Amino acid sequence: MHDMTGTKTTRAIGIIALLVTAWVVISAFFITPADQVQGDSVRIMYAHVPTAWIAYLAFITTAIASGFSLARRHRTLGFDRVAGASAEVGVLFMALTLITGSLWGRLTWGTFWQWDPRLTTTLFLFVTYVGYLAVRRIDGDPRQRARRSSVIALLAVLEIPLVHFSVVLWRSLHQEASVLNPDGDVRLDGLMLFTLFSGVVAFTLIFAWLVIHRQRLMALADLDRVVGLDAAISARRAEGIGSAAT
Amino acid sequence: MNVIAVIAKKDLLIEWRTRTLMARVVPFALLVLVMFAVALDSEPLLLRAAAGLVWLALLFSTMLVVQRSFDVETQDGVLDTLLACANPSRVFFGKATALFVQLFALGVVLVVGAVVLYGVAISGDRVVLLVTVVVSATGGLAVVGTLYGAVVANLIGRDSLLPLLVLPVLAPLLIAASRSTEAAFGSNTIDVANGWAWVGVLVVYAVVFGSAGALAFAPLTESDA
Amino acid sequence: MTSFVASGTAISLSGAVVALRGFPALAGVDMTIACGELVALRGGNGTGKSTLLRLCAGLVPLTRGQATVLDVELGKERAHVRHLVGLMGHRNGLYADLTARENVQFVANLVGATHADVDAALQRLGIDARVAATRVAALSAGQRRRTALAILVVRRAQLWLLDEPHAGLDAVAREELDVILRDATRSGATVVYATHEVDRPGLATPRTITLQGGRVVSDEQSLGRGTR
Repeated sequence: MHDMTGTKTTRAIGIIALLVTAWVVISAFFITPADQVQGDSVRIMYAHVPTAWIAYLAFITTAIASGFSLARRHRTLGFDRVAGASAEVGVLFMALTLITGSLWGRLTWGTFWQWDPRLTTTLFLFVTYVGYLAVRRIDGDPRQRARRSSVIALLAVLEIPLVHFSVVLWRSLHQEASVLNPDGDVRLDGLMLFTLFSGVVAFTLIFAWLVIHRQRLMALADLDRVVGLDAAISARRAEGIGSAAT
Repeated sequence: MNVIAVIAKKDLLIEWRTRTLMARVVPFALLVLVMFAVALDSEPLLLRAAAGLVWLALLFSTMLVVQRSFDVETQDGVLDTLLACANPSRVFFGKATALFVQLFALGVVLVVGAVVLYGVAISGDRVVLLVTVVVSATGGLAVVGTLYGAVVANLIGRDSLLPLLVLPVLAPLLIAASRSTEAAFGSNTIDVANGWAWVGVLVVYAVVFGSAGALAFAPLTESDA
Repeated sequence: MTSFVASGTAISLSGAVVALRGFPALAGVDMTIACGELVALRGGNGTGKSTLLRLCAGLVPLTRGQATVLDVELGKERAHVRHLVGLMGHRNGLYADLTARENVQFVANLVGATHADVDAALQRLGIDARVAATRVAALSAGQRRRTALAILVVRRAQLWLLDEPHAGLDAVAREELDVILRDATRSGATVVYATHEVDRPGLATPRTITLQGGRVVSDEQSLGRGTR
């Protein structure tokens, strides 16, 4: 049977992703100019901004898939798989966002962490999804797990904006504004902007590729169970034959 | 009789019988306040941080009270009967109401604790603000606690899972409650007007999660196995 | 109290399959039980009795086939059957820190039953004043079982689904339980209980359905005391 999760579509996505990523790397390191103020450390931006974008894209994808999972009774598990795959990949990108953001801050300002709203909200997003994945790991009926996870993902849609809003209000008390935001004062010329944009495209393709594969892997695992149902029913009935009461 | 009131009374009756809150959680909460003092070792710092510490202590205590609230239901499988006899959203509000009463009592104890242990002085004109903060923040705690308590009820290893799920969700509440309580305790950075603004955030929070909880309780408590 | 079910059929299953995590606990059950019947469900461990009871209580989804309980189609809207049916599983569903009376009163308050209904239920189940005022944690298994049944009575559950209600009871308590179950059917409820006892003398059940391998393998009517 079908043990590979690759198809023509994913191969095409994969190749394009590789090519665009190669271009971004070359451009980021060798072609674009260094920043007047930050020097070469500005090049982290080409990794940090796209990963942040993907982190939030993953969050939205999981939320939408979870919504459909709850609403569509018949395709519950299919949508749930997408939600789960997106969350797994998303957590990875959230971690990368935090790491690149932290490194950038360190190189630019000498500190590993600032409590600015964007980084803090991403931190909460990360922790929330770690919790979400922990709930998914619990053994149990797949439908119950799907429902439980979907509710949590949808609650996160309420939670994250509230967190962001509160943190913005909170930090405004300290009158730091955008001083500590490394990308606040970077002047982006045409080429830098284009490289940044390419980075976003490349990472989006990588995200899609990873999620599609992961989701298919999950589907294969579930398929083993469903396809066997008829056989299982026969086997189950056979438990009765030969020992029927007389 | 109103179903929500029936459920809330039942929870409070059980609490009264077993004295879990009074005998265990209150001492724990006060102990946390004491531990903060031991760890921070600076009276001016404690006084400045008093508002935040009170809410932290209440947050941690909430974990215990929520676990207990649902252990009572899952121990003998009573939750099934409860859901067979009452609408899930009513069960949600019933349990949240009982939780609110318990947490409010705990909140009062903690504020008194801060006054006694940290030297907080509350002037007469700020009492109204303080009471409003405690009521609205406790409301938010109660609905979020009940909601996530239901998510992890019946799960093995739920003791470690509940805090991981709930604390990020409670972050906005912690921020808003701490800031407005600072104003009520008389801080230099936040005046009373700002304090009331934060109360607005608390009310919105409680309403948002109260509604979300009422809606989410039905899918959460459906049975598939 | 008469049954409110229009069709007069409490349970109607046809080719019902219930697959839990891929495993077909029920592999095609055909069964029809009319209102007011008292039915014993027999079968060893793992034959699907518990799953069958849970299916009829609306707690597990139907994978294949047809299932109708008290005029509610389980395939489409199984949640609607939950409040009509009383399931008593291996656990009793009681609050350990409340007294027997308080437990029954609580459920009565939820469903809008009166104090008089509570007293009547307790009396019917043979729960005297002393036992009623005792905390459930201090009651014996038999007394807890009876309290749980009193709750079913006060709920006016039309269908009683009991998973091995005789387990852990001594001979006297079992006799009393049988009387209670027969009594319940006379009031209009349908009672289906699972048991894996074989040939218990004195077990006067009109009808016994035996499960094996997730299916019904025999369905016997008996007359008078003793089983065939």
